Amino acid sequence: MISKYRGNRQAISALVRETEVHRDLYLDQELFELEMEHLFANTWIYVGHDSQVPKVGDYYATTIGAQPVIMVRDSESSTKVLYNRCPHKGTRLTGETCGNVGRFFRCPYHAWTFRLDGSLAGVPLKTGYDGTGFADGHAARGMTPVRHVHNYRGFVFAKLNDVGLGFEEFFGQALTSLDNMIDRSPVGKLEVAGGVLRYMHDCNWKMLVENQTDTCHPMIAHQSSAGTAIDAWKGAPDGAKKPMTVEIYAPFMSSYEFFQTMGIRVWDNGHGHTGVSHSIHSDYSAVPGYFEQMVAAYGEARAKAILDENRHNTVYFPNVMLKGPIQLLRLFKPIAANKTLVESWTYRLVGAPDMLLERTVMYNRLINAPTSVVGHDDLEVYQRAQAGLASNGNEWVNIQRLYAPDEVGQRNVVTDGTSEWQMRNQFRAWAKFMTMSL
Amino acid sequence: MSTVPSDQQLIDFVVREARLLDQQRLEDWLDLFTEDGHYWMPVEWGQTDPKLTTSLMYEDKLLLRIRIDRLKGKATYSQSPKSRCHHMLQMPQVDERDDRERRYVTWTPLHYVESRAEEQTLYAAWVTHHLTVVDDAIKIRLKRVDLINCDAALGSIQLFV
Repeated sequence: MISKYRGNRQAISALVRETEVHRDLYLDQELFELEMEHLFANTWIYVGHDSQVPKVGDYYATTIGAQPVIMVRDSESSTKVLYNRCPHKGTRLTGETCGNVGRFFRCPYHAWTFRLDGSLAGVPLKTGYDGTGFADGHAARGMTPVRHVHNYRGFVFAKLNDVGLGFEEFFGQALTSLDNMIDRSPVGKLEVAGGVLRYMHDCNWKMLVENQTDTCHPMIAHQSSAGTAIDAWKGAPDGAKKPMTVEIYAPFMSSYEFFQTMGIRVWDNGHGHTGVSHSIHSDYSAVPGYFEQMVAAYGEARAKAILDENRHNTVYFPNVMLKGPIQLLRLFKPIAANKTLVESWTYRLVGAPDMLLERTVMYNRLINAPTSVVGHDDLEVYQRAQAGLASNGNEWVNIQRLYAPDEVGQRNVVTDGTSEWQMRNQFRAWAKFMTMSL
Repeated sequence: MSTVPSDQQLIDFVVREARLLDQQRLEDWLDLFTEDGHYWMPVEWGQTDPKLTTSLMYEDKLLLRIRIDRLKGKATYSQSPKSRCHHMLQMPQVDERDDRERRYVTWTPLHYVESRAEEQTLYAAWVTHHLTVVDDAIKIRLKRVDLINCDAALGSIQLFV
């Protein structure tokens, strides 16, 4: 079969127009495989948080695009990311998702062992390789490390290819969202906590990423859940304290004006965030004792500045969404053109009251679980889009809202909160990083 | 009912609870919970804490009410078409009974099928009912559902196991 896109830079670039993108971005399996080979190799992908591997020998097995990798604590002060295969026969070296291997990885097949930096430590009956040129081959080099790894204040990112941008250049000002989330701890430190929710989606991963800055859908798609929550709470007795659950649900029904005026900030390389001036997280009840801890740690002015920032959703292109005010990160793991695993992780603000983690964990459950009434309606519209795109009536997906021809090339701009500029920004970045190594 | 429920009455209660769900008589079902009752579906194997560890569901009566009202709503897109469910229970066992405190615990293995349009999904679970008696009626203080694959990457579960 002749490839439609492999090796065809022009055909790939032509899929992204100024105000529309071609349906093959969501449907075409060859294009998906090219995304794994290029887009997910040329960009910095979130691997995990170093609090998941606190002790030397601790590991966490995950994926970067389609690549199985291991994040491992190889010394007190460093974490490595290794491709998760034995150099001998290819056996994946970990069974569990996380654990501790001691001082060595040991393959369960032939007991080859590897140091925590991946280098080969031992091979049983090694004399069998004497005089075979073994030392010059791939196998002798051990487990292959991912060459570009960056730990940003505990958040470990990796880039598989040598091409692409350096970490700081790739993220630029977008790192301020991570900074704000981490600074919300009185000691400036986060830990993974509260468990992870994993929700399988039968749709393309980009639908989820686009939806993170889609502010014209909550009052429609989530009327059934958030609207019902508001109605149900109306029956509460006068003077009853509004529960945390209703505080979390109700803002999903905010008006168009609320979302217009919250603003969107658009950064380079596909990153951006909603909620410049306010967000659905702005009006949560204060947690007793927390502000005082922050003032003691940072001084009043700085504490206020940190907590007044209420960014809604920050997209770290290509496949992360971060919610700083509630310490939540969603990772959209691509499985196939029509299949995505959504992992929703939460973090404890070290040194802050437990009630903050309780709210974070509750938000995750109410919004991101496979049993979430909010998640159900999101997935329903994604699946209907995945099905509807098969229609030959129109091959293009529209991303035109508040488009202006002079937006290209503008940097670090704040715009109307209902603009689809950030979506266009993501697709421009998609074309850039897809074709960078072709 | 006499002042204390017999084991058989507790068993019949658990069986009837599943029947109400299968028939989607959800208003009657919600009435089975005490005012401070909870429905809990952990996400971790052997999970002990529903507050600082997330769950698939940890719902008080208000959240259950929202879920039930939502299923009836016109704008509930994920329920067009509607889901159906089927509970296949093993005989419930009465694990604990404390007549003085009116605390009863039953344990019920089950297979649960949820279907929607062309899709049908089978789940296996153990359900632990923490029951009490209020005004001469058996009520649920806590219904805990432990899915055998609680920590797997699941698709949507839209009704009640």
